Amino acid sequence: MVTVEQVREAVARIPDPEIPAVTIDELGILRGVEERDGKVVVKITPTYSGCPALDAIREEIRRTFVELGVAGEVETVYSPAWTTDWIDEHARRRLESVGIAPPVDRAQVTCPRCRSGQPRTVSEFGSTACKALMVCSSCGEPFDWFKPI
Amino acid sequence: MGEMVVSGPPQGALPGIDGETRFLYVLRHGDDNLVLAQRLGEWISRAPELEEDIALANIALDHLGQARALLTYAGELEGRGRSEDDLAMTRTERQFTNLLLCEQPNEDFAHTMARQLFIDAYQLELWERLASSNDPTLAGIAAKAWKEARYHFRHSSTWVIRLGDGTEESHHRMQRAIDELWRFTTEPFMADDVDRAAAGEGYGVDPSELEEPWLARVTPVLQEAGLVIPTDPYRRVGGRQGFHTEHLGHLLAEMQWMARTYPGLEW
Ligand SMILES: [Zn+2]
Repeated sequence: MVTVEQVREAVARIPDPEIPAVTIDELGILRGVEERDGKVVVKITPTYSGCPALDAIREEIRRTFVELGVAGEVETVYSPAWTTDWIDEHARRRLESVGIAPPVDRAQVTCPRCRSGQPRTVSEFGSTACKALMVCSSCGEPFDWFKPI
Repeated sequence: MGEMVVSGPPQGALPGIDGETRFLYVLRHGDDNLVLAQRLGEWISRAPELEEDIALANIALDHLGQARALLTYAGELEGRGRSEDDLAMTRTERQFTNLLLCEQPNEDFAHTMARQLFIDAYQLELWERLASSNDPTLAGIAAKAWKEARYHFRHSSTWVIRLGDGTEESHHRMQRAIDELWRFTTEPFMADDVDRAAAGEGYGVDPSELEEPWLARVTPVLQEAGLVIPTDPYRRVGGRQGFHTEHLGHLLAEMQWMARTYPGLEW
């Protein structure tokens, strides 16, 4: 018999499809796992409304249900609204290690490669809706910045 | 779009406002965002520069995501088993209740930025207030959309200033776009029975309250851009009642073609 806790552990390990260096749990997308009417309900919340990764995450969670042999359901919750504050410290360091500046105020952004400050914003929207594209004024490398919301 | 479930409506928690009003109220805001997302998507691979192509696609995705959440929820409120896809793909032009501004064609880049500026400023005010709706699901969708609207407004206002305060050609085009779209900027603030019923019960927002703060956002942008605020009193309204400009029919024909040709198609 698979417990709710085992389901929680399994889905918490699912990597984010767009930033595989971090899990959906570390990003704060996973909002809870509970038992309801004999089913395991996994609650997730979108980072941005239009985040296309959410469909992929739903599929991955359903695949996990099949693997574990449990009857499950994925529920999308909108309240409270996702915030970058939910990205934990470990995930912030992981983001930086793969070249993505973590979500801090625009004035505090430092280049994830050479650590120098004062990068220039190239585009408010980077490779995904949640990131802006910046370029380092010191080493000249472009990088993504996870925008705080 | 795939099956989606949002947290169910609070059963019986909202006295005084009937399910039909709630459905129509959520539907109209879903329609605004669906139509706008479709318009913005038309820019993909055609934007003036690569970064802008990505920006417009991302903004379109935000609006599409808002539309999906709102239409899914509208379907739940209606209680007749209609999904987001049913609402998006099987209604006709007369059944869409979006603002006329949202359906206006992209034209040149200046027109698109003028339209976005007007809508972004409106949605900033709308979402901020809807985030305190007495319906937690609607409030949650609005709270998320509000955060996104701030980035959208930052994007559109930057472009309007850059183009208005740019070359002679860019200034001329930006002014022309503002002049041509100004006629659609009264409609967002006109309350009908649905708005009044929803606002009266703390469910929705009285749109007439949004006009002053909207103008306070748009005016400094136009001034900094060196653009003249139009004084032409001519106004177009009717979208909330399903009376649209000729452009919506063409947009829906393209958007709904696949779903109507192959009903229930999956891949
Ligand atoms: Zn650097």
